[in-house]
Amino acid sequence: MADLFMPAFIAVVVIFGLIKKVPIFDTFTYGAREGFRTLYSLAPTLVGLIVAVNMLKASGASDLICSAVSPLAESLGFPKEIVPMILLRPISGGGATALLTGIYKDYGPDSFAGLTASVLAGSTETTFYAIAVYFGSVGIKKIRHTLLAALAADFTAAVMAVITVKIFMR
Amino acid sequence: MMNYIFAGMIIISLICAVFTGNTNALSTAVINGAGESINLLVTMAGALALWSGVMEIADKGGFTKALSAVLSPVLRPLFKNVNKNSRAMKYISMNVSANLLGLGNAATPFGISAVKELKKLNPESNKATGDMIVFVVMNTASLQIMPTMVGTLRQSYGSVKPFSILPCVWISSICALAVGLSIAKLLNGKD
Repeated sequence: MADLFMPAFIAVVVIFGLIKKVPIFDTFTYGAREGFRTLYSLAPTLVGLIVAVNMLKASGASDLICSAVSPLAESLGFPKEIVPMILLRPISGGGATALLTGIYKDYGPDSFAGLTASVLAGSTETTFYAIAVYFGSVGIKKIRHTLLAALAADFTAAVMAVITVKIFMR
Repeated sequence: MMNYIFAGMIIISLICAVFTGNTNALSTAVINGAGESINLLVTMAGALALWSGVMEIADKGGFTKALSAVLSPVLRPLFKNVNKNSRAMKYISMNVSANLLGLGNAATPFGISAVKELKKLNPESNKATGDMIVFVVMNTASLQIMPTMVGTLRQSYGSVKPFSILPCVWISSICALAVGLSIAKLLNGKD
């Protein structure tokens, strides 16, 4: 059932497009090109941040940070490996991606840490970026309680990532 | 902000490596990290392009519009001072629909048009209105049907079931959104 989800999803979209008389192949290639463009714009950030994350790990600094935060993380039920990601996620999408790949590499994408990190990455956005783009575009300077509400949402996502993985993926 | 984070990561690594004696590992990490990031991009490229193509068909086939029509009645009560047939409302629901479909590139222009419309309701002030806050908070939470980026990454690193996390992602993001919106609404007060 779950195996069929992806191919079935694609088939539904394609059939829907045919019915609506969309030139599906041209549209597909146009979209795919956009995908490459996204990747292209992500590349420089990722090169810089994966290097920086690798440096933190190789130097032993990330172990130090992890063990410093682990009592707090464990009391909240978070796997300590994902704490740096929780902190970086609202600030930098590329940084969070770099940390995410680090977690996949060290523990595997289907480990507890890998799964919670995946859910966290999928259920949050780069909060500061969204705030800057939207308020910046209309010259809003006083954002009032936007950041508070947005960060509360991010924290909720982190808590729920741990809870849902524990309930559904074990 | 990123300037300081990037610099901080590098400086802390260097200091830490000197104290722990991991200097050799550190220099290997620099060289390998650069190559590794490109490997990752190459591994991801195919799947990401595929999904972007599929979602583009969905968009052109009218998924975004259809979704927007369904969502609009749900979204209306959240925006106090927005007329339900206004352009602001239309842009807001198009933005939310595009986000749901994971079309970030399409969602942002709709979102900018939406805040510009919201700004017209209060043109003199540089202070965020309650409706703006609700809208932006909605955009900082990521409600997405298919988180293709994470799925693709999971696949690249050998996950057996890359999209098995979907239900968890949906539940987590709905809860996050609910908390964010409740706080925004509560603190908005009469605005």
